[in-house]
Amino acid sequence: MKYIDEFRDGERARVLAAAIAREARADRRYNLMEFCGGHTHAISRYGLADLLPPAIRMIHGPGCPVCVLPIGRIDSAIELSRRPGLVLCTYADTMRVPASGGLSLLQAKARGGDIRMVYSSADALRIAREHPDRDVVFFAIGFETTTPPTAVVVKQAAAERLANFSVFCNHVLTPAAITAILESKEVREFGTVPLDGFIGPAHVSTVIGSRPYEYFAEEYRRPVVIAGFEPLDVMQAILMLVRQLNEGRAEVENEFTRAVTRDGNGKAQALVADVFELRRSFEWRGLGEVAYSALRIRERYAPFDAEARYGIVYRPVPDHKACECGAILRGVKTPAQCKVFGTACTPDHPLGSCMVSAEGACAAHYTYGRFKGAAVVAAPAAPA
Amino acid sequence: MSFRGRAIPASEAMRADYVRPIDFRHGRVDMTHGGGGRAMAQLIDELFVRAFDNEWLRQANDQAAFRVPGGRMVMATDSHVVSPLFFPGGDIGCLSVHGTINDVAMAGAVPLNLAAGFILEEGFPLADLKRIVESMAAAAMEAGVPVVTGDTKVVEQGKGDGVFITTTGVGVVPAGVEISGDRARPGDRILVSGTLGDHGVAIMSLRENLEFETTIRSDTAALHRLVAAMVAAVPGIRCLRDPTRGGLATTLNEFARQSRCGMVIAEDRIPVAAGVRAACEFLGLDPLYVANEGKLVAIAPPEDADALLAVMRAHPQGRDAAMVGEVIADPHHFVQMDTSFGGRRVVDWLTGEQLPRIC
Repeated sequence: MKYIDEFRDGERARVLAAAIAREARADRRYNLMEFCGGHTHAISRYGLADLLPPAIRMIHGPGCPVCVLPIGRIDSAIELSRRPGLVLCTYADTMRVPASGGLSLLQAKARGGDIRMVYSSADALRIAREHPDRDVVFFAIGFETTTPPTAVVVKQAAAERLANFSVFCNHVLTPAAITAILESKEVREFGTVPLDGFIGPAHVSTVIGSRPYEYFAEEYRRPVVIAGFEPLDVMQAILMLVRQLNEGRAEVENEFTRAVTRDGNGKAQALVADVFELRRSFEWRGLGEVAYSALRIRERYAPFDAEARYGIVYRPVPDHKACECGAILRGVKTPAQCKVFGTACTPDHPLGSCMVSAEGACAAHYTYGRFKGAAVVAAPAAPA
Repeated sequence: MSFRGRAIPASEAMRADYVRPIDFRHGRVDMTHGGGGRAMAQLIDELFVRAFDNEWLRQANDQAAFRVPGGRMVMATDSHVVSPLFFPGGDIGCLSVHGTINDVAMAGAVPLNLAAGFILEEGFPLADLKRIVESMAAAAMEAGVPVVTGDTKVVEQGKGDGVFITTTGVGVVPAGVEISGDRARPGDRILVSGTLGDHGVAIMSLRENLEFETTIRSDTAALHRLVAAMVAAVPGIRCLRDPTRGGLATTLNEFARQSRCGMVIAEDRIPVAAGVRAACEFLGLDPLYVANEGKLVAIAPPEDADALLAVMRAHPQGRDAAMVGEVIADPHHFVQMDTSFGGRRVVDWLTGEQLPRIC
């Protein structure tokens, strides 16, 4: 497949792996956080860890949209879905996130809620147009990648004066989350999470550009390399980070030049600025309340804001006691260090959100990484 | 009372026998079609018996009695609830015939006869029903496996999804053939009969909210003739299964669990059509988990594997067959894959349904 296979080429991976092994110094550690779930997924799926020297340690970051969604927000969505006649639309992964009382949107659907999985915000809008007698709410989640499409449907609904459509906005911001990690006690005070550099988001950066990361490089002296979601992108970014660290540099570099510019997508940014404004604070699973880390719908679009329309009041709910998602999302623990990993908490019965999405650190490790220690035999040679 | 003394005019006699034919153009299924009365009998005669036409159905009994050759018998049943009912490359009708024939054939058996149960939803267009039944009949005819008995029920509107079809098949295993999912041994080779994921992607291309244009067609097909050729050449085949729901990954995990061993496959040997790869890429799906309806997975002893592959490739249904991996000893019963990238990963059981990722 053109433009895909080039970035999954095993030969090139071996060349890059050799370069990384050559340049990574044995006398130091390289603790690199890949912020995005997309990178986490690529690392697990392609077995990248096997190709890296022991000096390099990858830490999974919180950039997985459903992982950082707190229980209280899912509870509110389930409550909405119980309103008679209401149709709740959401992206796929969100359906399985555990909420209070052993529920999830999937289970709320089985109990009679009209909850529909959509592939795009435009589908939710279409459902609203087709069912003028039903209230349709789009449960919007995600980072800067999914925010512009939500802005588009709010504006369209306003232009069409669609009275039965609204958005339950839960969009969050990447730079705020990175700041929260860098400012966390584990990183700043205790030093329990050594963090030497970041692999910056791919799709998020196509929207916001590389400029917002310049502050982290400068202020916190941590190099950032923005990378695509293909395995070779990740390998290349690791090599670039190793070089920066070896040379004592802390700069923003862009590996994903085929899609990311310094200023990002101006049109998308303007759309978002028109429809949304910053929330003073927003709760993240794992990170807790983070100031100015999420968006809400502006006053002028209030009729399309489900929070205003249905008087949704946010009630925080603590995570399951044994669940270590919080520590895992901050890079303090690895999935295998959680007591319930692979026992009480599995992808089929997730206790925590990291076990839900294929991008979540726990689900990725469970699905792709459990074989470590199993017998290894080479596959047979291809017949002539 | 009698009609003695009065001659019945010819025209009236004709009227007494006259039954208005079912309107297969504009008619719809209604509750009388499942009520056990005249309307049901008429639907059975004019549609099912006519389409499936064979000596057993013509006998109009509630069961079919037929002779079977000696040996071990195989029986399999499969319910079909596919949506949409019509898709590129097939429909629920031929799918329901192929699916059960394949389940019977995967024991190495020669399929003999089928039974079909229909659950129809009130209001379902008779034109669509006719199209489905005729597609079933054509598939059964092509396969040489007749539908010898059946049943029809009608449920109220809103209590079904158009039409559900359950088919049951019986077959007989040739002497000396012993195929079962628990017979894989370390060292055995894993073969697939062709490209994976075609059916699932063809179905998905029509799903609501997801319509995309593709030339991919469902691979729905009856595989018993391919199986017969394989069994004739290599009677020692250990395992056979058609990787339907859950795809190759699920079938291999089932074999690994049943046989208490592990499996290693090589990503770059697994045949996947370019269009299927592309569709999976943008839908965020993994072709290893996507459904097939006309492919099989075989596990054979290493010394027979090359001969088996040659037989498969010589058959039109196995042109793209490939040897994709090997059975290993593994107390965890993991299925693993050497990625074309150079790493190795677990190919796990599917969690719930395959859902697309957000980012």
